[in-house]
Amino acid sequence: MEGSVSATEVRLRELMVRGLAGDSTAYHAFLKELSAHLRAFLRKRLARLPDDVEDLVQETLLAVHNQRHTYEADQPLTAWIHAIARYKLVDLWRRRAGREAMNDPLDDELAMFASSDTEAADARRDLAKLLARLPERQRLPIQYMKLEGLSVTETARATGMSESAVKVGVHRGLKALAAMIVVGT
Amino acid sequence: MKTDELVTMLAAGAGPVEPGATSRRYALALLWGVFGTTLLMALGLGVRPDMAAAVRLPMFWMKLAFPACLAVGALYAAVRLSQPGVRLGRVPAALAAPVLAMWLLAAFVLARAAADAREELIFGDTWSVCPLLVALLSLPLFVAALWAMKGLAPTRLALAGVAAGLLAGSVAALIYALHCQEMQAPFLALWYLLGMLIPAAAGAVIGPLLLRW
Repeated sequence: MEGSVSATEVRLRELMVRGLAGDSTAYHAFLKELSAHLRAFLRKRLARLPDDVEDLVQETLLAVHNQRHTYEADQPLTAWIHAIARYKLVDLWRRRAGREAMNDPLDDELAMFASSDTEAADARRDLAKLLARLPERQRLPIQYMKLEGLSVTETARATGMSESAVKVGVHRGLKALAAMIVVGT
Repeated sequence: MKTDELVTMLAAGAGPVEPGATSRRYALALLWGVFGTTLLMALGLGVRPDMAAAVRLPMFWMKLAFPACLAVGALYAAVRLSQPGVRLGRVPAALAAPVLAMWLLAAFVLARAAADAREELIFGDTWSVCPLLVALLSLPLFVAALWAMKGLAPTRLALAGVAAGLLAGSVAALIYALHCQEMQAPFLALWYLLGMLIPAAAGAVIGPLLLRW
């Protein structure tokens, strides 16, 4: 299976690099395919906490997005994603008192893209509800730009904020959303 | 919110990301940290009065080289530990090398010295304050290094804290070396190292508490 894993690495990495350069279509394709790999990877390792899988997929996607500035294009994407998914997985284990036996070794990076699962269960935690708790200067830019698809300029006009305040609001809002998850569960 | 909706939301209008965020953040942190520590030393301690004579002694440069080598290694460690999936590689060996070299030099100096001179070589005049002053001077740098890490994505938090502390401690020792008049290898091998290890140990505790994301 190693061949197909490295083909995934090459394809996803290209999408990610184009995404980092500002190509949001490539970035969307990257996140979409990544979510299927994350789901398969996490489902296998959360056999005793099946209801947590989709929440952790979402949490990891949000982390990947928020930390994408730490990815350097000369680095293997597999290792970068694996380290983030592993960090989020161990963090979840730590948060849950009843710790799942770690019979599956977590060190195998190649397991990251080895399988994929597009059947999303329902997440238990509703990110839309968490979004609603953000302060207005973060919530409105996310609402207009990220959910309704307005441009930065249009969002600035609709909210009366400056364009840089809109960008900062989106950035900080998504970070705050991730922080709410870490503290809240 | 369904996962597909989240994906669409995250990708919508996601602009370009400027490469090199990690180096830029560490450069900024070091700039402010060095500024803060230098200010602290200028206000509280000052530079040694015999500086003009000291710069002609090889041991003066050895004394600067020791923390400088550790600072370079610690910076590499901190940068690598701030990025998910980047391995430390040979960085631990690079950190051990200057310590071993200084210990060897110290052992050589002690072995050649007369028995009654050894105590003076080890303790100097300032052994009781040196580690504490280094640790105290490292505070601005420590805050700056943790700030840099907080904006990146360390996944091994205790180790990342140690690297931040060691970076702060070694740069602080480098600056403190301009004040302190001790010039003996055994003194440096012991008390300077201890001073640098205090913030590193603190980092092991603070890292997991502060750096979570």
